[in-house]
Amino acid sequence: MEPFLAVAFGVLVAVSAYLLLSRNLLRMLLGLLLLGNAANLCIFIAGRLASDQPPIVKKGELAIALSANPLPQALILTAIVISFALVVFAMVLFQLAHRRLGTMDTDAMRVAEPRPAAPSGDAS
Amino acid sequence: MNGHQLLILPIVVPLLTLVVCAALWRQKRLQRLASLAGSLALLAAAVALLRAVFDGAVIASDVGAWRAPFGISLVADLFSAAMVVITGIMATAVSVFAFAERDGEPVNPFFHPLYHGLLLGVSGAFLTGDLFNLYVWFEVMLIASFGLLTVGGSRAQLDAGIKYVMLNLVATTLFLVAVGMLYGATGTLNMADLSRSLAQASNPGLVTTLAVLLLIAFGSKAAVFPLFFWLPASYHTASAPVAAIFAALLTKVGVYAIIRVFTLVFPGETGYVGNAIGVIAALTMVTGVLGAAAHYDVRRILSFHIISQIGYMLIGLAVATPLALAGSILYVLHHIVVKANLFLVAGAMRLAGGSFDVRRSGGLHRTAPLLAMLFLVPAMSLAGIPPLSGFWAKYVVVKSSLDAGHVALAAVALAVGLLTLYSMLKIWNEAFWKTPPEGSERSRQQWLASPATRATMLLPIAALAAITLTIGIAAEPFVDFSIRAANQLLEPGAYVEAVLGPDPIRLAPPQRLKEISP
Repeated sequence: MEPFLAVAFGVLVAVSAYLLLSRNLLRMLLGLLLLGNAANLCIFIAGRLASDQPPIVKKGELAIALSANPLPQALILTAIVISFALVVFAMVLFQLAHRRLGTMDTDAMRVAEPRPAAPSGDAS
Repeated sequence: MNGHQLLILPIVVPLLTLVVCAALWRQKRLQRLASLAGSLALLAAAVALLRAVFDGAVIASDVGAWRAPFGISLVADLFSAAMVVITGIMATAVSVFAFAERDGEPVNPFFHPLYHGLLLGVSGAFLTGDLFNLYVWFEVMLIASFGLLTVGGSRAQLDAGIKYVMLNLVATTLFLVAVGMLYGATGTLNMADLSRSLAQASNPGLVTTLAVLLLIAFGSKAAVFPLFFWLPASYHTASAPVAAIFAALLTKVGVYAIIRVFTLVFPGETGYVGNAIGVIAALTMVTGVLGAAAHYDVRRILSFHIISQIGYMLIGLAVATPLALAGSILYVLHHIVVKANLFLVAGAMRLAGGSFDVRRSGGLHRTAPLLAMLFLVPAMSLAGIPPLSGFWAKYVVVKSSLDAGHVALAAVALAVGLLTLYSMLKIWNEAFWKTPPEGSERSRQQWLASPATRATMLLPIAALAAITLTIGIAAEPFVDFSIRAANQLLEPGAYVEAVLGPDPIRLAPPQRLKEISP
């Protein structure tokens, strides 16, 4: 199972890298989403797939012999919340930018860094 | 106060200030006062923390009373406490400066809450002893900086925001992947515990890979070559106080993380990765300073200089002698003050000269003679002119590289210093010295007619310039402090023991089902 998931992680990263290299904001956003999920999958595999038993200690006992590793789950839960918040922010920002700048092409966005003007005489 | 309270205060104070400022979003005056009070309280908490660790002790605390490798540790040594103090100083200076931003563009009610959110993330990142927790603080810092950058909502800010958001999100996701893999390899994310378990790791190739992955993630935060493109694309669009606090703190958190991780978690990686850092440092210095030479907008010149100065801070890690590391620490501390001050000066220049473009402004030495004097202090310090703080920082860095035989690095550092001087003189000649061009009379009148705004702008600039002068004239205690901090970083034994206690719990890497069942 782990080799399969490791390959899936690789594929996810490859697809998201492809999407992130696009100039289209929407594709970039999807790439960002996929990259976040790939990172979560990475943490999950790194925690090893030990068992499908939930890591809940039964009443009256102090420990469990065999269970799924709870720590990656805690890490992923945190990471999911954070990446959800950031992707939502990015989505709103992109939507606003699309409306105000009138383009989805990042190469056409030259407001903050305008192309240098033709050399004028007074530039010393 | 005990160690736990001292460690938690620099995090709790900005959090509380954030809440208070958010609640006061309708009362602008009260909000500003609350923000300033919060910044002062942060400074006080940071100074108390520095006093507690000043004799060389490392204090650590387990949050929520979960014992060290399981719970999240907060740790302060000389380096992190000094970083928190400088954060407090910057927070106060920029809070005062933000009082002045009222000509035509009212301060957005979200500025102060987001500002303290940023400080929260920065202090947390300096004090945490846990790698996953560091990731969380990075994200706190990031989301606040996204807000601060785009809160004005101008077209340039949206454009800049997209580039800033995309590149930074990719970098932090890479950080998260590295964190996951480190956990898979060692079973722990506590940095002190990692320091111990990676020293005995059986797979040195994997350790180097993880070190490089973290270097890429932190390197994009620190804006090193070739990962810096988000910085010159965005910093110049933010308002003056936002740009100042960004310039002061954001990249330096990346530098702090690189220094912390490569002295504590991967101390054995200075060979291969150390050489790579040396090349990166040299290229960062050169590209940054050449980028600055090509621009005429003050803020864009200064943004590129942030990049070039980050290179100096990395030399210490590349050379990896105690003196070189001390040089890096001194450089970080000096640079934060100087760079934030230059961005504040740029804000004042915009008001007095009418434009950020130095070609369109001029004669500022007559309009604002005090501002001109105060510009020269951080500008000359940035270029490394004695007796200012930058001279000593550069001197220690260059001397240590020459001592260790890194002649090329030292030569690049000196040449880049010269080119820095060129950029600073360009700003001086164009904006301050030249006869003012047509149409700048109106902003001159405005500047002269608003003594209150002038005073609130010049007060923090003068205070930061005074700090620069103090470091320059009385350099010895600061150099001595940096050397002590560097020695502490290079001997992580005390750090590890402060976090894990004398009798640490050992964690094994997570295991597969086959390995568990006999």
